[in-house]
Order: sequence, then structure tokens, then C-alpha cells
Amino acid sequence: MTVERRPLLDFASHAILLLGVAIVAFPLYLTFVASTHTAAEIVQAPMPLLPGDQLFHNYAAALTGSEHGQGSGAPVGRMMWVSLVTALGIAIGKIAISLLSAFAIVYFRFPFKQLVFWAIFVTLMLPVEVRIFPTYQVISDLHMLNSYAGLTIPLIASATATFLFRQFFLTVPDELVEAARVDGAGPMRFFKDVLVPLSSTSIAALFVIQFIYGWNQYLWPLLVTTNESMYPVVIGIKRMIAGGDAVQAWNLVMATAILAMLPPALVVVLMQKWFVKGLVDTEK
Amino acid sequence: MGAISLRNVVKRYGFGPKANPVIHGVSAEIADGEFVVIVGPSGCGKSTLLRMVAGLEEVSAGEIRIGDRVVNDLEPSERDIAMVFQNYALYPHMTVFANMAYGLKIARVPEAEIKTRVDKAAKILELGPFLERKPRELSGGQRQRVAMGRAIVRQPAVFLFDEPLSNLDAKLRAQTRLEIQKLHRELRTTSLFVTHDQVEAMTLAERMIVMNAGRMEQIGTPDEVYHRPATTFVASFIGSPPMNLVRGRAERNGFTAAGSQLLPLPAPAPRDGELVMGIRPEHVEMSSDLSAAGWPLRVQALEMLGAERLVYGLLGETLFTARLDATLPYPAVGDIVNLQAAPAHLHWFDAATSTRVAA
Repeated sequence: MTVERRPLLDFASHAILLLGVAIVAFPLYLTFVASTHTAAEIVQAPMPLLPGDQLFHNYAAALTGSEHGQGSGAPVGRMMWVSLVTALGIAIGKIAISLLSAFAIVYFRFPFKQLVFWAIFVTLMLPVEVRIFPTYQVISDLHMLNSYAGLTIPLIASATATFLFRQFFLTVPDELVEAARVDGAGPMRFFKDVLVPLSSTSIAALFVIQFIYGWNQYLWPLLVTTNESMYPVVIGIKRMIAGGDAVQAWNLVMATAILAMLPPALVVVLMQKWFVKGLVDTEK
Repeated sequence: MGAISLRNVVKRYGFGPKANPVIHGVSAEIADGEFVVIVGPSGCGKSTLLRMVAGLEEVSAGEIRIGDRVVNDLEPSERDIAMVFQNYALYPHMTVFANMAYGLKIARVPEAEIKTRVDKAAKILELGPFLERKPRELSGGQRQRVAMGRAIVRQPAVFLFDEPLSNLDAKLRAQTRLEIQKLHRELRTTSLFVTHDQVEAMTLAERMIVMNAGRMEQIGTPDEVYHRPATTFVASFIGSPPMNLVRGRAERNGFTAAGSQLLPLPAPAPRDGELVMGIRPEHVEMSSDLSAAGWPLRVQALEMLGAERLVYGLLGETLFTARLDATLPYPAVGDIVNLQAAPAHLHWFDAATSTRVAA
């Protein structure tokens, strides 16, 4: 890195950075402020810009669903749980399946191996939205609507993660496989004792990305959940807002939004070190 | 116990008419406890042969025995061998201890026994202080020793070394060579060591196998290989600078080299006809007296190596190298000098088959 001493440039760059932070942070701050007032206070013409005294009341009300406006009043605590299970299921499922399929593609010889690889690769071009109706048909026929299985399984298969692990496995030197064979490690033993530990940083990075991907799913849960008890929190927010001119419990909606943002933020903050290492580092 | 027997071992890649043979039937018997070095230029099949013994490559034809078992179809781990790889192939995420213990752990050796064996190996290799470190925290030489330790703890019947010294710098290589010799004296485990470096081969080998283009050219002690090379390939591969090979025609006491230069011979050739005469650069004597019987060499270049001096010149049309003690007087470029050789130092090879013609 070069060291430069140019005060004017320093000032300008700091100003731009601060402006950027303000643009990102201000809506978040407003959401938080709104979640600490009563519904009536928020809808006043100049909205209060300082936190109010309803913090605990609003969050408790949202989590338990004890109080609501015209929209849905399902307890957010339950929604958070559904979201957590779904996001964890998707993240762990994706990683497990991708690790195993990449292992098969890189280390085993089987008929039509190239074809299989390209078939997986081609699905990269087909995101959930493109195949959403046939997928819905299948899930519906299998009676998986309103279930964790229906929320997670269609989103688990991942060409991206398979491809990432394949690329990583290709960089593992052949001698390591041979040394393991001489040591008497069978394929699964090699996978468990050598490949998975070596991929740990990539696994961590993928976990963060996929957890957030799972948590933020909107379109798919919107289709497969019709029962309040199976709403993920992202859908829950939408259902809390009734249409028309009805009085909205904006304070509760905002509290829910804050709650919905917390887990992904926590995952990123707690796993940041691993996350960066997994994306940058190719430690061998 | 640890004897290795190769019987007409063949390796082909591919099948049918498109098959690409890389090893054309190698047979050798290696006694229990022997240290045998396989040496040859790159691409000669020496590593492939070693990997076939290890079980990392399939044997296309022939038979490999270790001890009294045919091992052709056994997994590497069932062959009672241990291998040291060129780039060491240590497990990067495991400590030195775990690296050495991994094979034993899989073989379900009791915990206490593993600890004793690893500690013993670590002591022999002076790795004691590093047992809890990861491979990336070690120097090249230390990693190399861990790789050897991993082989030792398994107490195999056979050690296989695949160019284990080629990633070390020159000084460390010489030192490790001595350590391997010492280790072999202590353990007396049958060892097969692949290298392309003839100095390594000569210094480590009890017997050496010289390979070229998938064929075994010669198997013998370093002395035999140096003093009685079986083919012109061995003659030119072992020894530095390589043996001078002069193609020509022998008749009674004379040898007509290519370029019609008639060279008087100190003793008659083993037979008349088309032959290749070989003589090592260190085995010729040089004088400026052109009247004595000898071979005239027109000097083209000189190289001073410290203890000795290399004299390059033309003998007839053949490029010829002579090695002189650096303290002796030496000719200038352009001079013609007289070369003489003792009869015992002349090697004869058949011009057509390149094989040695017995004197």
C-alpha cells in the first residue's frame, strides 16, 4: 500500500465515505426509531427522529403476536423459528450435497461423468424463478406444502457450490490422495479426514452466503406456505401490512423488520473472519 | 520378508492397437534389506515402475512380488510398503504427530503403541520439538524428514522413495543423503529409491538399476555400472563428464575412427569389425610428445573446475573430452596433443546393438 499525504484528498474521500454510510444507515435508523414509538406517534406529520419509550412493549408485542392492526397478527417468534430452520436447512443441505457431488465428480470415474458435470453446470442458468411452476406442481403433488421440507428441499441443490468445491478439489495435489491410499484410508475416510478439513474455510464462506440466501427467500415461501404457522419472517412482514386505507401497526411492522435483519447480520459479524479467509485464502 | 521380485513387468496406457507401452518388461530380484536405486533420464519410466510396486499404477502384464506374496491386485495399504513422495504429500491441516500417526490410526494400532512408535521415529529424525507444528511451519528439510517419519512408523517391509531429495537445495541434499544412508544401516529395510541424479544413485545404492526408454539397461553395484557399463547408454549416462564414445572399425591393433583417423590401440580390440570404443575422460593421459604412439587431439576448449581441468577437442571427427589434474601443465587452444590410455580402461560396444563386447 502506498502512503500519501494529501489532506484535501483525505477530506474529500472521508466526506464521500461518510455520505455513503449515511445513505445506507439512515433508513435503518428510521426503522429502529419507528419501532420504539406507538403507531399513532409514527404517522404524525414530522415523524419523530429520536427513539421513543415503547421499545420493549413493541418488540414483546411483535414476538408474541399479542397486539396487531388490520393485517396478520401471527407471532413473530414463531416466524423467526421457521426462518431459522429454513435458512439452516438450506445452508447445511446445500453444503453437504455440493461437497459430496463435487467429491464424486473429481475423484471417481463413472460412466457419463462429463455429462453429469455439465448437467449440473447447466442448471446454473435456471434459477428458482424460471422453474417455479413445475417445482410448485411437484411439491404440491408430494403434499409438501406448508412444511419445512417444502420450504427447503427445492432450494438445496446448488450448482454454484458444487462448482466451487470442484475447483477447490482440483487444486488438492494428487500425491495427497496417493499418500492417503498408502496410509490405508478409503475414499470416504479420505473425504472426512482430509478433504473436508481442507475445505473448512470455503465451507464457512458458503455457509454465510447460503444462510442469507435462505433467510431472504421471499417468492418461494410465498407460494408454498398458506398457513400462518409456517410463514417465514420475510413473508410475515408482508402479511402484517393490510391493504387499503386501514390503520397499520407500523411500529410492530418496523420492530419485525429489525428482528428479521438481526440473524443474518449476526451470522456475518460472527463469521466474518472465516468468511473473508474462505474467499481470499487458498491455504494448502 | 522384504524381498521384491519383478518378473517381466509391463506397463501400457490404453488398450488394443492404440496402447502406449511405457515399460517393456522389466525383471529384477531385490534381496531383503537391500538398498536399490533406480536411475535414468526423465521419462524413462522409473517413477512408473516404482508406482507399480507401490500399487498406485496398475500392472499391465507380468508379476510383482513383495516377500512371498504376489501383490499385483493388492491395494497400496495392503502391500506392507511405505512411500516418500517428491513433494512430501503431508496432510496440511494435521500436526506433524498426526501426519505420522495417521496410517497407524487407520490400521487401528492402539493409542499407546502409536505414541511410542512416533516418538521413536521423531527421535531418530530429530523431529521431537516439532511434533505439534503444522507442515507449513516447517522448513523444506524438516518436511522431508516428516515424510520419512511417516514411512518409518509404519515399520513396512519396503520403503519406496520417489525422488525425495529433488526439492531440497544442494547442501541439504548432500546432508539428507547421508542421513538416509545412516537410517538404512540402522533399520535394514528393503528400499527402492528413484532418482535422476547419478551422484545420488552412486552414493546411496548398494545396487542400481539404470533405465532408459522403459527398458532396464543394467542392474549392478555402482562399481560394476561404472567400470563395466553394459551398454553405450549406461556408459554415457553414468560418470561426469560422460564417457567418450568413438564409433569406428577395429582391425588387428588399429581402430579407424569415423573421419578415417587411424588410432593405434594399446591392446587388440576383442574382435574386428564395426565397434564403439569407450574411454572415460579421467582415464586418458596427455603428453605434448607427438612422436610416441597415441591419438592426436586437436584442442578446442578448456574448462578449469578447481581440482581438475577439462580439455575438449576433436579426435578425427568425434568430440572428445579429457580430464586432467589441474596441477599438470596443460595445452593451449589450437594445440595438438597426444592421448594415451591403458588397455584396461578401454570399453568396447557392438556398433549395431550398443551392448558391451567382452574383452
